Amino acid sequence: MTAHTGPHPTRRLILQGAASVALIGLGNLPFAPVRAAANDKYPEEVFKLKNEADAIKALYGKTAEPSDKVRLDAPEIAENGGVVPISVTTTLDKVTSISLFVAENPNALAASYKIAEGTMPAVANRLKMAKTSNVTAIVEADGKLYSATKEVKVTVGGCGG
Amino acid sequence: MTSSIRVRATSNGDITEVQTLIQHPMDTGLVKDAKGELIPAHYIQQLKFACNGKDVFVANWGTAVSKDPYVKFSFKGAKKGDDLKISWTDNKGGSDETTAKIA
Repeated sequence: MTAHTGPHPTRRLILQGAASVALIGLGNLPFAPVRAAANDKYPEEVFKLKNEADAIKALYGKTAEPSDKVRLDAPEIAENGGVVPISVTTTLDKVTSISLFVAENPNALAASYKIAEGTMPAVANRLKMAKTSNVTAIVEADGKLYSATKEVKVTVGGCGG
Repeated sequence: MTSSIRVRATSNGDITEVQTLIQHPMDTGLVKDAKGELIPAHYIQQLKFACNGKDVFVANWGTAVSKDPYVKFSFKGAKKGDDLKISWTDNKGGSDETTAKIA
């Protein structure tokens, strides 16, 4: 059966899991440090997170509610996952940031845009998608989060293959 | 050397529309080269647009942004002839910047 000579991979995974749970727990404290999205620093750690829900939480510290005021334009089918044109617009007021997540990518957060006062709450860019996945746009408006999600089918992945 | 940044900023009097194309490999660090060796991650992390001393738009990017990235946005408060400063930094400490006149 299992050898007891070294750290067992499963055990290590469990320990890592426990560590991230502890971190998320800390994030819920009322005196939590300023969120990554709220300051100007590049959120390097958030870009390393694999899971979309974790990334949203790490970036914003809260969850988003789906809203029909957020419009996510993405193709139904992307023939080339390396270049998927995606744009987000919203009719919401007081927008301070727009972020894009690709759930099935190796790292969920793809791009996060800071919208200054006077800048239109709209952005168009091109993202890589490893495979067919939900794409989620999150709009931060007046301190709240709103989202729109769309599935994009990818026929050729964008990660070299 | 020519700039890595190509930008077109046009004003309709009220709103300035900015389209930018940057030459950058945006390597994810997950792709292997012809010899089967991993190409190290090399990607733009932050791209800033400043006009009249104010950051009007800041992009934080991960490796999922396509090679030779394109981004489009628009903002108010500038007029024709104003300068728009565009600058980026990547994960290897590389950077570039340029200034475009709003047309």
